[in-house]
Amino acid sequence: MTGEQLTAPAPTLASPTGPVRLSVRDLRICLSGDLRADVVDEVSFDVAAGEVLGLVGESGSGKTTVALALLGHARRGLSILSGSIQLDGLDLLGLSPQEMRAVRGLKVAYVPQDPASALNPALRINTQLEEGLRAHPGAVNDIQGRMEEVLEEVRLSAGHGHLRRYPHQLSGGQQQRVTLAMAFACRPSLIVLDEPTTGLDVTTQRHVLDTVRNLCSAYGVAAVYVSHDLAVVGGLASTVAIMYAGRVVEIGETESVFGHPVHPYTRGLLAAIPSPERSELLRGIEGQPPRPGRRPKGCFFAPRCEMRQVGCAEPPPLISLASRQVRCWRASEVVSWGAAASEPIPTRDTTGATIVETSDLKVSYGRTEVLHDVSLKVPADCCVAVVGESGSGKTTLARTIAGLHTNFTGSLTFHGEPLAAGMRRRPKESLRRIQYIFQNPYTSLNPRKTIGQIISQPLEHFFDYSRSEREARIAAVLRDASLSDDFIPRYPDQLSGGERQRVAIARALVVEPELLVCDEVTSALDVSVQAAIVELLRRLQSERHLAMIFITHNLALVRSIAQTVVVLADGTVVETGSVDEVLEHPQDPYTVRLMADVPKLSVVTASAGGPQ
Amino acid sequence: MADVVTVPDAQSLSRTRLQRHQWLHNLGRAARTGRGAFGLSLMSFVVLVAVIGPLVAPYSSTDFVTLPFSQPSHANLLGGDLLGRDVLSRVLEGGWELLLMALCATAFGVIVGGIAGISAAYLRGHADGIIMRSVDVILAFPQLVFALLLVSIVGPKVWLIVLAVGVSHAPQVARVLRAATLDISERDFVKAIELEGVSPARVMAREILPNLVTPLMVETGLRLTYSIVIMAGLNYLGFGIPPPAPGWGLMIYENQIGLASNLWGVVAPSVLIALLTIGTNTFTDAIARVSLGIERREELTLLSPDLGLVNR
Repeated sequence: MTGEQLTAPAPTLASPTGPVRLSVRDLRICLSGDLRADVVDEVSFDVAAGEVLGLVGESGSGKTTVALALLGHARRGLSILSGSIQLDGLDLLGLSPQEMRAVRGLKVAYVPQDPASALNPALRINTQLEEGLRAHPGAVNDIQGRMEEVLEEVRLSAGHGHLRRYPHQLSGGQQQRVTLAMAFACRPSLIVLDEPTTGLDVTTQRHVLDTVRNLCSAYGVAAVYVSHDLAVVGGLASTVAIMYAGRVVEIGETESVFGHPVHPYTRGLLAAIPSPERSELLRGIEGQPPRPGRRPKGCFFAPRCEMRQVGCAEPPPLISLASRQVRCWRASEVVSWGAAASEPIPTRDTTGATIVETSDLKVSYGRTEVLHDVSLKVPADCCVAVVGESGSGKTTLARTIAGLHTNFTGSLTFHGEPLAAGMRRRPKESLRRIQYIFQNPYTSLNPRKTIGQIISQPLEHFFDYSRSEREARIAAVLRDASLSDDFIPRYPDQLSGGERQRVAIARALVVEPELLVCDEVTSALDVSVQAAIVELLRRLQSERHLAMIFITHNLALVRSIAQTVVVLADGTVVETGSVDEVLEHPQDPYTVRLMADVPKLSVVTASAGGPQ
Repeated sequence: MADVVTVPDAQSLSRTRLQRHQWLHNLGRAARTGRGAFGLSLMSFVVLVAVIGPLVAPYSSTDFVTLPFSQPSHANLLGGDLLGRDVLSRVLEGGWELLLMALCATAFGVIVGGIAGISAAYLRGHADGIIMRSVDVILAFPQLVFALLLVSIVGPKVWLIVLAVGVSHAPQVARVLRAATLDISERDFVKAIELEGVSPARVMAREILPNLVTPLMVETGLRLTYSIVIMAGLNYLGFGIPPPAPGWGLMIYENQIGLASNLWGVVAPSVLIALLTIGTNTFTDAIARVSLGIERREELTLLSPDLGLVNR
């Protein structure tokens, strides 16, 4: 699509561990049909035996498309146009469908993102494991023995017991170990992992990652690990490839790429990652990646780049620089720059009058009590973060306060007055003063209404403004949420996830609430978008002097937004205090473990040397 | 923080216009598929015959102009019926009433069934129980038998037939829309509106209904097909517009004894009914397919952010 191909010669990175097993050259994947728009273009990388390559990028960057191409698969509507994928000298793209099927599972294995949907719920674990082994006769002689062995390898203890179970009888982490076992069963040369820890708790995630790392180095397996989580990749991969809009923009050793990022996109991504160790303002990357067919002629990142100049209208080649390859015209200037300075968050006074208070709150689903004696105080002008793993009851707490869940005992007060259980029994005024922002912006906006209608609806319901007054308020609140007036006539499906969440925030703020309940509002978003949303919420909360309850599973985010933190474990508050205090000197063993298991980028980057 | 300004491009603007009238959008897309075009042309042909027919009929439909069951001739293109009336004129005049009754019955059935189904799913609890059990009771009667029962009790009145057929459609519509609503009413945007304290009726009408356009359209098309068949059937059995007024169903009944002398008296109305039902059914199928994305074209992969390239 760029006319002249300016690709640099094949990567010449030193392979630290062993012989190159996987070699991808100039992979190009297009939309099939008349348009032939490039989805993935000019992707080249090598993976050595025992090495893990991290393929990092945000939604739509083409990382999963590349990962699937390694299995000789293109999703519906896509076709692999050119390039080569060599695995131990075998050209995977030259194979017939039958030959490719023989290679899958045997030489190339895949670990899916969501084990719960990847495992057949109707079959026992041993049946599913056996299937893969039997599909490749001759791969393993003693099938039973290999099954037990591989379960041992992925550290599923008590092999026999697990083999007889059904997937639903295992936890999420155990399920993911089973898919790992299925992938490793035939001793493949290459294993492709597609965000396998996304749905897992930090502790389980760490264990699974350890297992992957050990297995790959022990058996000399080349691994490609696809993820949007830079911290996870940083702790696992020896080489990372940062993808943007279907191209590799920076590739090199993890320490040097993460320690001294050169490409402006990599720098932006790293600045967007929240740190559990420092309170700093998060900076997102404005805009969104261009879609296939709409990509600019020159550098794909240029429209969002803070450093763009005239020359960026030409497509940049991949150049070797400071022990990595980078696709940026200004790389040689940037390489001498230090890391972007981080701005600390201004400290806040948290001694305002109490807005919401719960004491001895017990919340149940049916007869099962999920929250036990939760006491919580939210002062005015203060953000309280509620942190816990999945199943800790943090969302239930938010829903109870907002009025979406009614089955509770104990006291729940708003400005000292008791709040009725459930929204239907609450006065209109208290419904206005407490606003709730949902986790998933893809379901929280009515797809059949324009953004203008969506924001106008609560305004019409709670106030008697004239039409022009309403329009003025909608425009103002959209501006506050960093959206332009252009959005008013558009529909949610024309918006990106981040834009949708901004609309949801605008809808909540337009009625001028006093308390904002945010339920995992960034968990469905990319890290650069998450940073922008969190920073937006932090800014709005301090400008408008809102009280806020910020529910999250991400301990690192807490530092960038909240003043007080409440740690929930199994429905019980285990620790409460100021954010700095709790995160720096956690007292409860649960908090200590949670802090220890959070993947931290600083561990990776601390060991990096200066730029050569 | 800099304002995020994304200027909507031409393509997304045209989509905005289309989305405002999603049902028009669906109709347009369905008509552009081969299946839809086929169904639509069949339907339009029959509707045209029924609507323009009375204006161009060569004779009055009740005048005796030829011999009973006479063969087609230049004067009577489709020959004569059992009383020597012109078959062509009766065919041309006998359609509009059937169509109108079928349309009214469909509209009645879809509206009543829709309200019942949406309320049952959204309100849950007792309302759900009461509505769906009544639906089960009506469902226990075969549609035609139910209509016949009412008609034989009260007498063959046009409004009653429309009502009877409409009521017999309501349970089916209610079931389909209940299922569709159950899914939608669990979405967060409904919860968001509920959190404002908006009344249930308003939530259903303003938030849920616009999301039911597709099932509503498909269900309407399907019920229309059935209505036509049932109306023609009732007409055949002697209910409906009483003779001597022409009716396609009635014509088939009247003229079946003369099949050997002039088969057109039976074939012409039968073919029209058949074309109409095949047409409505095929077009409905096309609507269902385009809205479910079975007839998805390549361009759509590009247009929709939820398809194709987003890893979700």
